[in-house]
Amino acid sequence: MSNTRVGIIGIGQSAFRARRDDAGYPDLVREAVTLALSDARLELDDIEAVVYSLSPDSMVGIGNAERLGVDAVGARNKRFLRINTGGATGISSVAAAYYHIAAGACDVCMTAGADKVGECGDSQTVLNKIWDPTYERALPLGTITMLAMSAVRYAHKYGMLQEDMAAVVVKNREHAAKNPNAHLRKQVTIDEVMASRLISWPIKLFDCCPQSSGGGAIVLASEKYIKERNLDAVWITGLAHSTESYYLGDRMGVGFTADHADAHALGESFQRAYKMAGITDARKQVHVAELYAPFSNTEFHAIEAAGLAKPFETVPDLRAGRFSLGGDTPVNASGGTLCTNAIAVTAMIRVAEVALQVRGTAGGHQVKGARVGIASGNGGDHQFFGTMVIES
Amino acid sequence: MELMTRNETWNITYRHALGETASFFFANIRDYKKIYGRRCGHTGRVLAPPRAFSDQSLKPTTEWVEIGPGGIIEAFTMVYEEFQNLPPPPYAFGYVRLDKADTAIGGFFRGVDLSDPPAAARKLGIGTRVMTHFAEKRVGDVLDFWFELLD
Repeated sequence: MSNTRVGIIGIGQSAFRARRDDAGYPDLVREAVTLALSDARLELDDIEAVVYSLSPDSMVGIGNAERLGVDAVGARNKRFLRINTGGATGISSVAAAYYHIAAGACDVCMTAGADKVGECGDSQTVLNKIWDPTYERALPLGTITMLAMSAVRYAHKYGMLQEDMAAVVVKNREHAAKNPNAHLRKQVTIDEVMASRLISWPIKLFDCCPQSSGGGAIVLASEKYIKERNLDAVWITGLAHSTESYYLGDRMGVGFTADHADAHALGESFQRAYKMAGITDARKQVHVAELYAPFSNTEFHAIEAAGLAKPFETVPDLRAGRFSLGGDTPVNASGGTLCTNAIAVTAMIRVAEVALQVRGTAGGHQVKGARVGIASGNGGDHQFFGTMVIES
Repeated sequence: MELMTRNETWNITYRHALGETASFFFANIRDYKKIYGRRCGHTGRVLAPPRAFSDQSLKPTTEWVEIGPGGIIEAFTMVYEEFQNLPPPPYAFGYVRLDKADTAIGGFFRGVDLSDPPAAARKLGIGTRVMTHFAEKRVGDVLDFWFELLD
């Protein structure tokens, strides 16, 4: 790794909604780009390279939609690279922008993208297509059913109840109510979550993320550029990825490497990022966390993979408020993926929200005194995991 | 102003080659109602569904091993929501570790009353023994077989 420090100098995100009929796909990308450039006090001409954040094409219904995005991000005659690691796409894109600068290819790199999940009438059908046509396509696998099976295994292993899952929803909706950019902002009770209709056992409607539309953009720059221009920045001090093997059925049975109950490779990814950032005790050193968790149950194993709690402690700790705003280590103070999921940029928004927190500009959901934060993104069939440590 | 929308449908056709390993697997299901896994010569693990190379040792697998027809449930879910282009609900499916296999293979669970979800979830609990059943008419597909509880 080079000695070049890389900072975040501009952040832009839409106010996410179910639909944005006022904006076509490139308009949504441009909306986030404009916000990020304004935040960075830069012009499009100042951006030297663009990493384009775009998950499966069929979700936006445009093959290679990065073609359409080139003008929205002003990439004509510039370095341009599309990234797709499924749900992890957004954090992978920030990582790719980081590497552009750390490698010395340029001093200013922007990552941007958008999604319009609400325009796709068949999102679980699209997501079913990520399974191989040989052995598993004929089964109704999708992200909900795949992570419902993780919930079944987690409950079997650690005793999680459906009411515990509901407590995650209650917490995150309470947080989202304070975040004007969140999509689902209505507060709910455990009883209301329990009474919402059953989708895929044990996941009920309120345990699920929404299908959101909106964009995200982040501008990164080298320390040299930041210092020379006396810009405000927060710093990416650790970043990593780790990956699971393909078959879901290999994460169970006998002699497996990773249990589908847990998020093994997410843990590996966090350990790598922590090592780079010099974090030895996450529980003491991390002030705020934005952990990718599109279904309530997955927040528990994400917290464990981040080293913020041990298995068996996570559920009681969450119910005691340790991960709520005002608690020891707020998790998903923005409301998280559970309240907003515009897939192509969801994991980028995790990074953006942590950057806002350590910068002290998160607004109504600010964690007081946060200086060190962590972000994660999960993609594929719980397969690709990106993590980041961001410090003021 | 009036904001307009435009409807689109994608209908794309593929003819996927299954390759030697999966073709052997599906031909044996279709013709003999037998399920085979592939053993990794390095770790001794039997992979089901069978693959040409191991997920752990990363070496080519070396041997066909007949597995099942009994097994235990490793994961399940029951779906009550209708998704376009996916089967009509309710249905139950999940992963079963067939006897002599080390990994789990996906399939539907049939013959379980899904009208009372908590009761059905107790019946399909992890560790429950199941038996593989085969369709009368088999075409060489993962839907040629499913799992049922023993009693």
